[in-house]
Amino acid sequence: MATVTAPPLTPTSTPTPGPSTGATARRRRWATRGELALLLGPALIVFCGFVILPVAMAAYYGFFSWSGYGPAVDFVGIRNYVTILTDPDFHEALGHNAFIVVMSLVLQGPLALGLALLLNRKLRFQSVIRVLIFVPYVISEVVVGLGWGLMLQSSGAVNGLLDKTGLGAFAADWISEPGRAIWTLLVIITWKYIGFAVILFLAGLQGIPEELSEAAAIDGASFWQIQRHIVLPLLGPTVRIWAFLSIIGSLQLFDLVWIIWGQYVASTAGTSTMATYMVANGRNAGSYGYGSAVAVVMFLISLAVALLYQRFVLRRDTDGALTGSSK
Amino acid sequence: MMATPTLQKPVTEQSTTRRAPAASAAPVGTRRRSSSLVIYFVALVLVGLMLAPIAYIILGGFRSNSEITVDPAGLPVQWNWSNYSDVLGSGVFWGQMANSTIAAVVTTLFVVVLGLMAAFALSRYAFRGRGAVYALFTAGLMFPMTVAITPLYILVRDLGLMNSLAGVIVPQIAFGLPVTVIVLVPFLSAIPRELQEAASIDGCSRLGFFWRMVLPLAVPGVITVGILAFVASWNSYILPLFILNNEAAFTLPLGTQAFASQYSVDTAKVLAFTSLSMIPALIFFSLFERRIVGGLTGAVKG
Repeated sequence: MATVTAPPLTPTSTPTPGPSTGATARRRRWATRGELALLLGPALIVFCGFVILPVAMAAYYGFFSWSGYGPAVDFVGIRNYVTILTDPDFHEALGHNAFIVVMSLVLQGPLALGLALLLNRKLRFQSVIRVLIFVPYVISEVVVGLGWGLMLQSSGAVNGLLDKTGLGAFAADWISEPGRAIWTLLVIITWKYIGFAVILFLAGLQGIPEELSEAAAIDGASFWQIQRHIVLPLLGPTVRIWAFLSIIGSLQLFDLVWIIWGQYVASTAGTSTMATYMVANGRNAGSYGYGSAVAVVMFLISLAVALLYQRFVLRRDTDGALTGSSK
Repeated sequence: MMATPTLQKPVTEQSTTRRAPAASAAPVGTRRRSSSLVIYFVALVLVGLMLAPIAYIILGGFRSNSEITVDPAGLPVQWNWSNYSDVLGSGVFWGQMANSTIAAVVTTLFVVVLGLMAAFALSRYAFRGRGAVYALFTAGLMFPMTVAITPLYILVRDLGLMNSLAGVIVPQIAFGLPVTVIVLVPFLSAIPRELQEAASIDGCSRLGFFWRMVLPLAVPGVITVGILAFVASWNSYILPLFILNNEAAFTLPLGTQAFASQYSVDTAKVLAFTSLSMIPALIFFSLFERRIVGGLTGAVKG
């Protein structure tokens, strides 16, 4: 848009008496530009400097073998990338990420939907319940990790509880046993993040006009028929946004794994992720070039997933779908 | 991450109030009552599952180590306040609390101010590149800090901000901006154009309009993004992990973890430290949860 369509800014520049002269229009345009620079400038500078620039830096350093000090001079071309893509440890981490992406959707999605449908009634204490199921989401990953870590250790509260209730046979080494650990991780992830999904779905449900369900009920539809054929389809956009956020979050998973398992146990127990691989083989190994290359690979994988998702899933929703309805 | 639910809150509140009479007019049969018993039961189980680990942490802080060893899943036999008082009496905890508070408050302040300014420009000005700038912030929403952490660390180090809270705060502002802008733009766009015209007839410049009209009207949105920024900063882990190596500069998440590994044999005290470190975030959240709902129902009438 070439012209500023906004209403006159100040009485002096009000062009009501007649067509404005070129000079005032130009002055007005420059004033607008100044305002825009003032308003947008700081945010854009900080954002570009600390979000865009680091990504660009990672792309640059990814081509070097660099210990992080002094200028990066040891150009190695795509060797870092070859190493990453042929490293079995990375394949394993990527596999864990993929597993967590899929299982998070499969476990949290239906569970959160069911809970949201149940809670989307006139309930006493509804707001209290809403706040309470959201509490784990608000607590830091460190607290969650330490608390669950202590509860799940062999002599911890979970096994203690199983013993007490006569289920001692089910007591297990929840954290360090390979094959079991990743399920433990999934349970913790579900516990921590399901409140977010439920709140999101509840918000979406409350945007669906009650009249639709009432009309269907008058026509003889059962509760579950109404949910299945009316409510769920209308909730589609919310579910698709949640799934998107969940996928991106699962791909970047770091905190919980690092806190509960740490660098070494994560790889033996089978809970390593791309992010823990990046920190373990980048910063902690003093190989910043390599770490940057891993970051680029993660970035590209996330970007590809995000674009594919937008292209094939979110496309069905109107624009602005990513950010929710802004009607 | 939390943008969407809060974003839809305005819609929520409006529609709730709108359809309240219709819902209350619906007949309540006995079948409905028995099914709502089931719902209450499910809700109770759910809340119990959600709160059990938190209760474990808080109650564990009141137990002694021998109690925890003998009966890991039990309640305190004798309420033991010494773990909590020891933690509260140590300068370490309060120092980390102060660091976390400073980081969260400064981050929130700047995220809100810069985000509001940018959102105002994006929602009330028509200019070339507007779509591109908006798309840039949207893209930022898709990539959490994890992916940029290695170069971010290098950048912060090159700027000489290692072991300083500023080194944590500035990147947090940058990564908090996308959500803030995306949440606030619809809020500001919803302010009717007539209001702006009326203000300009009364001699109000566009920036004056921003100060006098937009800011007060945007308060609910500001509270929402403020809470998001505050909680994100309070819980932030990977960035302090990279930037802060000096214990004196630790924020609570790092400090809690350091405390846990340092006193790994003293489980009760670790639990006390952990529960004290989460309490500020919980209080902050429960305090403002009410204000979000109240603010939204009050302000989004127009």
